[in-house]
Amino acid sequence: MKMTKTLLASTALAAIAGGAMAQEMTIVSWGGAYSKSQLRAYHEPYTAKTGVTIINDDSSAEAVAKLRAMNEAGNVTWDVVDVVAADAIRLCDEGLAMEIDPDTQLAAAPDGTPASEDFGDLLVSPCFIPQIVYSTTFGYRTDLVGATPPTDVCAVFDTETYPGKRSLEKRPINNMEWALICDGVAKDDVYSVLETEEGQNQALAKLDTIRDDVIWWSAGADTPQLLADGEVVMGSTYNGRLFSVIEEQDQPVAMLWDAQVFDLDGWIIPTGLSEERQAQALDYIMFATDTQRLADQAKYISYGPARASSAPLVGQHADLGIDMAPHMPTDPENAKNTFLYNYEFWADYRDDIDAKFQAWLAQ
Amino acid sequence: MADATYSAPVQSGPMLAADGTPLKQSLARSLRNQKLRALALIAPLLIFVLFSFVIPIGNMLFKSVENDIVSNTLPRTVIALQDWDAQSGELPDEPLYAAFVADMVEAVAAKQHTRLGTRLNYEQTGMSSLFRKSGRQIRRLEPVEDAPFKDKLIDIDEDWGKVETWSVIKTHSVRITNGYFLNAVDMQRTPEGAQAQPEDRQILVKLFVRTLIMSLAITASCILLGYPIAWIIANNPARIGNLLLILVLLPFWTSLLVRTSAWIVMLQQQGVVNEILVWLNVVADDARLVMIRNEIGTIVAMTHILLPFMILPMYSVMQTINPSYLRAAKSLGATNFTAFWRVYFPLTVPGIGAGSILVFILAIGYYITPEIVGGTSGIFISNRIAFHISSSLNWGLAAALASILLAAVLILYWAYDKIVGIDNVKLG
Repeated sequence: MKMTKTLLASTALAAIAGGAMAQEMTIVSWGGAYSKSQLRAYHEPYTAKTGVTIINDDSSAEAVAKLRAMNEAGNVTWDVVDVVAADAIRLCDEGLAMEIDPDTQLAAAPDGTPASEDFGDLLVSPCFIPQIVYSTTFGYRTDLVGATPPTDVCAVFDTETYPGKRSLEKRPINNMEWALICDGVAKDDVYSVLETEEGQNQALAKLDTIRDDVIWWSAGADTPQLLADGEVVMGSTYNGRLFSVIEEQDQPVAMLWDAQVFDLDGWIIPTGLSEERQAQALDYIMFATDTQRLADQAKYISYGPARASSAPLVGQHADLGIDMAPHMPTDPENAKNTFLYNYEFWADYRDDIDAKFQAWLAQ
Repeated sequence: MADATYSAPVQSGPMLAADGTPLKQSLARSLRNQKLRALALIAPLLIFVLFSFVIPIGNMLFKSVENDIVSNTLPRTVIALQDWDAQSGELPDEPLYAAFVADMVEAVAAKQHTRLGTRLNYEQTGMSSLFRKSGRQIRRLEPVEDAPFKDKLIDIDEDWGKVETWSVIKTHSVRITNGYFLNAVDMQRTPEGAQAQPEDRQILVKLFVRTLIMSLAITASCILLGYPIAWIIANNPARIGNLLLILVLLPFWTSLLVRTSAWIVMLQQQGVVNEILVWLNVVADDARLVMIRNEIGTIVAMTHILLPFMILPMYSVMQTINPSYLRAAKSLGATNFTAFWRVYFPLTVPGIGAGSILVFILAIGYYITPEIVGGTSGIFISNRIAFHISSSLNWGLAAALASILLAAVLILYWAYDKIVGIDNVKLG
């Protein structure tokens, strides 16, 4: 009799636990190779550990607009969302992302360093949990640049030495900074110059010198394709995209790391989730942003882990078997001359400068 | 005599139906029942259309004038600002600063201040960070004990000591605003009334005009290319006609993105067309033609994508034209051209009309194809709408642009009705 009771009780318990384990969560990311790296480094181990099924949604490019619409409709269907830092700041500003306390809600480093120190300056918004450091930089066709391959970002503006088209992103961010640097503005003064009307005109005037030689891209995959087709001799894109063109597809392309612009990508948890789903999302974040997991992601894609403690753990590419460290934007050899995206500046000036930039483009 | 005894029932009242009720009433009732039945039958669709189209679209379009965020977030400030004259060039007095701090303390607690900052940043650069940064400091102030606030606020950020800042808040504090519509036509709302945007920011009117002109060009090229094809399909035996029709429909079964990207492969400078021209020595290797990522690319790719919408209505109209008309015309002495131009062509006009409306309206709202192949000179106003919906999040401006586009289409439709007549449009 007692045996039956115990059996019954344990069956009931198992059923409850099973019910809890059969949970699902929707994680939003960018799709492509990036989502695949997250799948292998984070989602699969997390599902193995907890039994939670993870549904991928490749909507990060429209995440801010969609979250705002979901919030207005009162039905948030996403649990964790991967966004760039600038979007995280906007989501936080609009009250669409919840604030996180790094020291209690994120894992400490293996040596006990609290998460707030381990992530350090990269915690650019109270809602943002950094994941990777990526950079926007230039790649060039090794066979189309002649005997002297470019080493300086200003080669982009030098159409005499490097004739041919270049591809630039169809937005002012990064392009305005590069234009000013190549027009003789010191790196530290770029944003104070860009704040002024004259500075903006100066940057546009510099871009004007190459306007007939530019193909403007709007999707990260454009530049790799244009380089592979030989449509452009050099072009800007995310360093991970260039890595796959060079190492995975074996195209005659090389990296021009000079004046690469660092940016961050990471997680936010939307506001308006039920307590249960929020707890689930926090549990996932705690797991997926610990030191080992961040280092693991670098096995699949060439983006630098956002934790200081992850850097020494970066190993080899899972499929190609090459050392990943030299391909990281944060590698000392690549990071000799870098530029940090100024979030505060662009949050203010984005709309204004974009209007000018688009008007200039349409001329 | 029988005639005399028979007398028709005297019609003193209205005509009656079999059951004795007046016929008019009974007829009306049965008509009403019929209408109700018909309505009940379409009710599911009607409700679906209402909830999934009319209400959301109406709601979105309403955002083009809705502007209650300022007066909801800063109610006391907005009232205090009414007494302040922006043109006086003098800063507001202490009561306004006190009202502002009281509002901000509440707004910061509800996390509304950064949202307001984003809204005002569309009008005045720097508002976003001004509200975000000041919010952190104002949170610590007590609305009563810490008064006076004027100097404290100016201390927190010197922008609070600028007439411009307050003037922007005042100008945009109305609940229903024309500001977004002004922005949509390259103007802006200022304390002195509506004024043109600075010249280096004007782009939207240009894009509206370009969208209209290019959509017309696409419609025209669809007519030119589609007419002969529709004619061939309609005037061949069904066996050949059906095969050709399948070829016309084939692109429909291919993804839009694939079709658009295929044009890049064809037209880019290292693409198929240029390679062939260089090989044939028609163009020099260093002077390859630029046919994509400009207006040519957009017109070519969109003509290709929208062509079936032109061919199908033309074809179905041409099919109904009796070939004996042409024979009759020729037997009466008309030349081939006269027979076509005076007899056949006028009969196909309804098909051209239907196809043109379809193509033009689809073209004017297209955005993914211009985005991919349009470069900078071939993009449409819809690309800006998409930008403001998903990137800049200025939904008010996006809604205003969309409303203007909708109004433009309706006006053109009305003009078309006046000139050609909408009854003169046939899909088959």
